[in-house]
Amino acid sequence: MIDINKANAYVVERFMEARPVATTMAKAIEVVPGLHENMLLHAGPPVTWERMSGPMRGAMIGALLFEGKAKNPEEAEKLLASGKIDFAPCNDHMASGPMAGVISPSQLVYVIENQTHGIKCFSNMNEGRGNVLRMGAYKEEVLNKLRLMESVVGPTVKSALEAMGGIDIRMIISKSLHMGDDGHNREDAASILWSIQMAPIIAKVAKDTQTAHDVIKFLGENPLTMLNPIMAGCKTMTAAGDNVEGSTIVTVMARNGTDFGIKVSGLGNQWFTAQAPIVKALYFPGFKESDACRDIGDSTITETAGIGGFAMAAAPALVTFIGGVPRDATNTTLDMYEITFAEHKQFTIPALDFRGTPTGIDILKVVEKQITPRVNTGVAHKDPGVGQVGGGVVSAPMKCFEDAVTAFAEKYGL
Amino acid sequence: MAIIKTEIRRGVYIDSAKLMKLQRSLDDFASILDVGVIMGTDSNKELLSHIGLTSPEIMAAKPDELVIAIKAADEKSADFALSKVDDLLAARTASLDQDYLPRSLETATKMLPGAEWVIVSVAGRYAAGVTREALHLGKHVHLFSDNVTVEDEIELKKEARELGLLVMGPDCGTAMVDGFGLAFANKIRKGPIGIVAAAGTGLQQVASRIHQLNGGITFGIGTGGKDLSEKVGAITFLMALDVLKRDPDTKVIVLISKPPSPKVAEEVLKAARKAGKPVVINFIARAVTTLQDGNLFFATGLDDAARLAVDLVKNPPVMKGDEDLGLEKFTPQQKYLRGLFSGGTLAYEAQHILAGYVPRVWANAPINKENKMANSFESQEHSIIDLGEDEFTVGRLHPMMDNDLRIRRILEEANDPEVAVLMLDIVIGYGSHPDPASELAPALAEAKVNAKKAGRHLEVVCVVTGTDEDPQNFENQVTQLKKAGAFVDPSNEVVVRYVGRILRALAERNIVEADQIGKPVDLDQIKRPLAVINVGLESFSENLKDQGAPYIQVDWKPPASGNEKMASILNRIKQGSK
Repeated sequence: MIDINKANAYVVERFMEARPVATTMAKAIEVVPGLHENMLLHAGPPVTWERMSGPMRGAMIGALLFEGKAKNPEEAEKLLASGKIDFAPCNDHMASGPMAGVISPSQLVYVIENQTHGIKCFSNMNEGRGNVLRMGAYKEEVLNKLRLMESVVGPTVKSALEAMGGIDIRMIISKSLHMGDDGHNREDAASILWSIQMAPIIAKVAKDTQTAHDVIKFLGENPLTMLNPIMAGCKTMTAAGDNVEGSTIVTVMARNGTDFGIKVSGLGNQWFTAQAPIVKALYFPGFKESDACRDIGDSTITETAGIGGFAMAAAPALVTFIGGVPRDATNTTLDMYEITFAEHKQFTIPALDFRGTPTGIDILKVVEKQITPRVNTGVAHKDPGVGQVGGGVVSAPMKCFEDAVTAFAEKYGL
Repeated sequence: MAIIKTEIRRGVYIDSAKLMKLQRSLDDFASILDVGVIMGTDSNKELLSHIGLTSPEIMAAKPDELVIAIKAADEKSADFALSKVDDLLAARTASLDQDYLPRSLETATKMLPGAEWVIVSVAGRYAAGVTREALHLGKHVHLFSDNVTVEDEIELKKEARELGLLVMGPDCGTAMVDGFGLAFANKIRKGPIGIVAAAGTGLQQVASRIHQLNGGITFGIGTGGKDLSEKVGAITFLMALDVLKRDPDTKVIVLISKPPSPKVAEEVLKAARKAGKPVVINFIARAVTTLQDGNLFFATGLDDAARLAVDLVKNPPVMKGDEDLGLEKFTPQQKYLRGLFSGGTLAYEAQHILAGYVPRVWANAPINKENKMANSFESQEHSIIDLGEDEFTVGRLHPMMDNDLRIRRILEEANDPEVAVLMLDIVIGYGSHPDPASELAPALAEAKVNAKKAGRHLEVVCVVTGTDEDPQNFENQVTQLKKAGAFVDPSNEVVVRYVGRILRALAERNIVEADQIGKPVDLDQIKRPLAVINVGLESFSENLKDQGAPYIQVDWKPPASGNEKMASILNRIKQGSK
């Protein structure tokens, strides 16, 4: 007889014991398992070129231009449609990418090491707001920024991380939750903490003061600087709970703009998918819901690990996205306790009397109570190359969870 | 031309009270002729078709689908009403001062850890599940919901008994605790009277009357109307009685019930006799044969019960210790009565009174045909024989004049090793035998000697009817009978009740005190200041709020929001794993 409770307790314990540390940066192809020259990683569950959402297609095009595999967008599109390029979910390669989440072989990625369990995960650098690859933009300015990141920012950050012996990501998340972040959509505090820890070292390791200036400015001005390392950090936490027999805890939630997918610890590598929902969002001036791409990005790994929308009570400022009051933020977190297995030992919420964040989504509870995980997220334009159009909240589709519960019953002969 | 518009919603669960409210609100919009808001069960669809609300869409709806059907004067009005459905559903009528409505009982218990009570008023088919969850969380349950099967009721109550928790219900309207009312209840002052009731309005009536008579209560514990049925066996009733028995603040106990199973009623009375405090009883439709039996006070009605209770608080009766009935003198086999009567009415009265003490008394002239002896000449179990009946008087004088037959029967009965008590009536006066005791007393003495030789004690009891001015002389008769070792009294009732107490004690003597079944309710826990978790009708939370009692309203939905397929898979997973 399987002992679901015991299995889940074990999984969630591993989530919480995991201590991710950003140790260095490296070319993706050198460190990401299974990645090869003709492969592009993307956010969410697997998807074909035909079904790929606009922003993801745009990011794929931009990635090939960046890699020098195509001279222009038309050539890139042709190559992408030819079947010569393999597409694979970041999550199936120990990586995590925001929005389109495209990681190409020569990109520099953070190496985040869960030092408790010896698990390494990867994510690229955050480009900041505006026209960016992750939103599907591939204009020259986008590519130029990527090149600057690869040639200047990345190498300097790599040297700094190595020189300082790494940055403890779990520690930063814990602190930032006490500073108004949710760890997903609002990374202001975490990004400052990250930058401020690194700045003095950068001043030392940068090849000249101009470089130091440029790198610190790049990191410090971007309130999303820390998003990617946090995502990879969260991935190292939930990956520690992968493949535990009998567990009903979700270890991956991810979207690709077409489908929303989850993986469950006790159900191995199988994805359970449903159409990605439309985000209930506040739109930037000039945009409206009909411009929005369906929900996209691997950043839901934060909710999977017990922060993000689940820690919204810590980040009341975020309610402006949904036009609510701070009470709504608290209630969102309280709702998430209903579908999670534990309260986090490391991540706490001052407003809830330092209660641990709701951690470890249990598919049984989700289906029984018909409450799906709440996610705070950015919204991309549905067309490639336009970029972000808003931010808001979204609930994961119930079907993924119901299918997973059904599969669980089948697998375990219940 | 009126039109019908329908909206079917899948995978939603809305409390039935809320659906009714929605229906009423939709009906109030202009040009709306009729509205039906139902779950798509066959019986519901039939209801709609009776009021002319039917369409292929409605007929195709499934039981877990919500049907909103609107008949309107025109399409625009119908569309307008339909467009308001979400707003109406979202509107909260209850003004609960609660920032967050937890979605589960478990969360609610974390929010209000002091809550020892859960009120459950969800739809019947889900009520047992919620109750079980509450029990597992260590809470007493006021189960307001009806349509809970008796099988579920028994299972829940047995489980609750193991846990030392009360399940008040199902279909229990009323409970009053710590000066507060749960569900349908009255504001009753606190005081020393504790009530257990398998009767909701009965509880309200008695409690209200007690309040009006300046009394007050510790607890008013409803048990649900089926608790005193033979199947349920008074599980909650007996637990509640035990609580009141142990509660030092409860000085007088009142037990009320809708017509109970006679067998179960006896069980309850047996427990009540051991309460060590006055217990007022009003079981509707159960014949009152005495006003008092030890610590038990029988009321003739609800109002009488209230008055009695208040009086008993004011004038506490002296509670006598257990009467010494000399049970040790009897052999373990001895348990039966043989009543050898000369007077028909006295025999009838004996049957009537004994019905309150023993399950069955046979008679040759029974009150109730089903208790007729197979053969008047051969006693069975408890038997009352009227020797003045025709079968005995053919060719013979009436036993009031001729003692021969009775004497023979006395000796015969005394030889029966199962007989414990022999009862006789001696009716003197004009027309009767000139000195009946002179013949009967020696026979009784002989009977006792015979029994003694066989190692038994035969209890002989006599009622003597007559006066000191009668020719036979009352005192003289009594003296002779007493000399023979008989218990004698001029009152038939006194003698019969004495017999009844002996018979009851002999019967109970053989029942080895069953091991304490389950776990006693924790008195400290149940007496803590009231705090309640309410699952179901929000109005109950509002009532608690008005009374100033701490509460948590749960935003409850059935498992998988009523999706039967998913709910059954979830159930299988739960059953099949630790």
